[in-house]
Amino acid sequence: MSSIEPAPPVTTLATPIRIDYEYTAGAAQSRFLEGLARGVFVGQRCPVCGKVYVPPRGSCPTDGVPTTEDVELANTGTVTTFCVVNVPFAGQQIEIPYICAQILLDGANIAFMGLIQEIPPDQVRMGLRVEAVWKPADQWGPSMESVEYFRPTGEPDAPYETYEEYL
Amino acid sequence: MAAGDVLRAPHVLEYPYVRSVGPVIGAFLTGLRDGRILGVRSVSGVVVPPTEYDPVTGAATGEVVEVGPGGVVTTWAWTDHPTPDQPLDRPFAWALVRLDGADTAMLHVVDAGSRQAMASGMRVVARFRPAAQRVGHVRDIECFVPATDHAATGAVR
Amino acid sequence: MTRPVRPVAVVSFAQARHVRREDHRNEVEMLMPVVGDVFAKVQLTKDDMGFVCSGSADYLVGAPFSFVMALDAVGAWPPMRESHVEMDGAWALYEAWTLLQEGEIDTALVYSFGRSSPSQLHKVLALQLDPYYLAPLWPDPVALAALQAQALIDAGKATEADFAAVASRSRRDALANPNAQVAKDQTAEELLAEEYLVAPLRRHAVPPISDGAAAVVLAAGERARELVQRPAWITGIDHRIEPHALGARDLTTSPSTRAAADGAGVLGAAVDVAELHAPFAHQELILREALGLPDTTVVNPSGGALAANALMVAGLVRIGEAAQRIMDGTADTAVAHATSGPCLQQNLVCALAATPSGPVGGREA
Repeated sequence: MSSIEPAPPVTTLATPIRIDYEYTAGAAQSRFLEGLARGVFVGQRCPVCGKVYVPPRGSCPTDGVPTTEDVELANTGTVTTFCVVNVPFAGQQIEIPYICAQILLDGANIAFMGLIQEIPPDQVRMGLRVEAVWKPADQWGPSMESVEYFRPTGEPDAPYETYEEYL
Repeated sequence: MAAGDVLRAPHVLEYPYVRSVGPVIGAFLTGLRDGRILGVRSVSGVVVPPTEYDPVTGAATGEVVEVGPGGVVTTWAWTDHPTPDQPLDRPFAWALVRLDGADTAMLHVVDAGSRQAMASGMRVVARFRPAAQRVGHVRDIECFVPATDHAATGAVR
Repeated sequence: MTRPVRPVAVVSFAQARHVRREDHRNEVEMLMPVVGDVFAKVQLTKDDMGFVCSGSADYLVGAPFSFVMALDAVGAWPPMRESHVEMDGAWALYEAWTLLQEGEIDTALVYSFGRSSPSQLHKVLALQLDPYYLAPLWPDPVALAALQAQALIDAGKATEADFAAVASRSRRDALANPNAQVAKDQTAEELLAEEYLVAPLRRHAVPPISDGAAAVVLAAGERARELVQRPAWITGIDHRIEPHALGARDLTTSPSTRAAADGAGVLGAAVDVAELHAPFAHQELILREALGLPDTTVVNPSGGALAANALMVAGLVRIGEAAQRIMDGTADTAVAHATSGPCLQQNLVCALAATPSGPVGGREA
């Protein structure tokens, strides 16, 4: 006759959580996203220090005042720093290794992150001049997905002095 | 999308937590899985649901004891519009229930049918889910029901 | 430490107009005018602040470290001494007050913000509960408060009509408050005719869902006197907490409020004004008793949390509103209260006066 073993004591408790939010982009971020839907990078200028922030968040992070002047920025910029990514993540569609770079658009005073393609990873360098490659216009929307990636322009590298304060 | 619109988008925050419960909470949850309600002896009385430390003095709590399955409603609140995550899908009462043998009350729900059937001081008894559905969770108790619904004070298991 | 070593005062207070849904601006854009306003009133800038402390909750925003982004509304350059609490701004004020006691700095900015509109608020608030025993049942905050209200009725200490009277008075007083959200002239009888939300609470007895922000500037000693003619001196401040488990507490009293009031030296004092953070109408009755307020004290002239209840902000607003009445001369003494956690689990009491030494004269606990 087999014996019935008592079940082992409970040692864990599953407590899944799911909360649905409606995220509001706010005025400044909405300007930026609308710009992407038109194929343009839109930043905002601080009335006190004159710096142009992209993506804009509605305030200057050093002066704490509203940034209300929209500034359309160029498609071109400079790689200020970068890293070579070898780690895959769930849902990834890019081939490893790939380059994640901080890109300082011409006219902006802050760099943002972008993907670099059309150049072997070991040739990417600080100061590399790049330009945005946009998706076809009928695929543009209020999202950074309107931009495929950034690729070298072929221009000579930007001098270190032109981007050293943005590192 | 008109220029000047503020953009909105849905955003979901999800966490698939699995928590380690330790010996005290674990004992309570194990008891629920086995169809029993347990408390812990403490300097200020029997604490249900059990905590590792006395809620008043902070002293470590002691031995595990069985309580209930019947008890008394110490306070209640009636909701006609439960939300989907809440224990019952029909109007019910939230209640603090001080189980027989316990000195603190535990939060759960009472399936009383109507607000008029609720009163502080009334006796209720736990209705457990069928054994195969119990996993060691406070919802192994499906709800409490008025004790007058059952002849004995034995739990509905 | 609950009594000041060094006299510190509220010298400026500003708040947003509270609304049900602030969805044209994000948190930073909502906060910026409030911070600008609180500085403008005393002609100071962020560079004049020795310390900046904020109160907010990431779960309201749905993003971790959201309070770091909010600092953009102040401008954290040059690098500043800064701190944050995942609490109502009243506790951020307590931290700032504590740092000011040490004597190294003379001014501090305290701010808080909260937008409840983006989230499923009843679920967000369930996450502050015990994750093993309470949260899996997903009790909403109205349900938990209703348990307390019923206990009060069972104890013979209040009736549903009393709750309606508190709500009627609060909504009427809010008519004079341009920043309040719910301001109406309704009698208690009209309100009692409403359906229950979660019995025994009707909609008028529960707080509105609000988006809002507030800010306060604190200054110490002579600095306070340089900035405003009539600083609102903090003569005592204290906060206490009770056990989390609702079934281990007497929900009809607030011993933590009583203890905090005693610590702040204001228990039983006949103050001119009391701003009580009672999001639910029945809680005002519990707090009045716990504080020992006489009938002569004017309670919640702003309309209180029943008129506007931005989470993480409403407690700081109570301190600001009470302080404002001292600064503008309508009161000489005041008590402000803030709460956190279900059913008045944790309570902060701030005693304010037109002179640094009182005169509050609380009695023994």
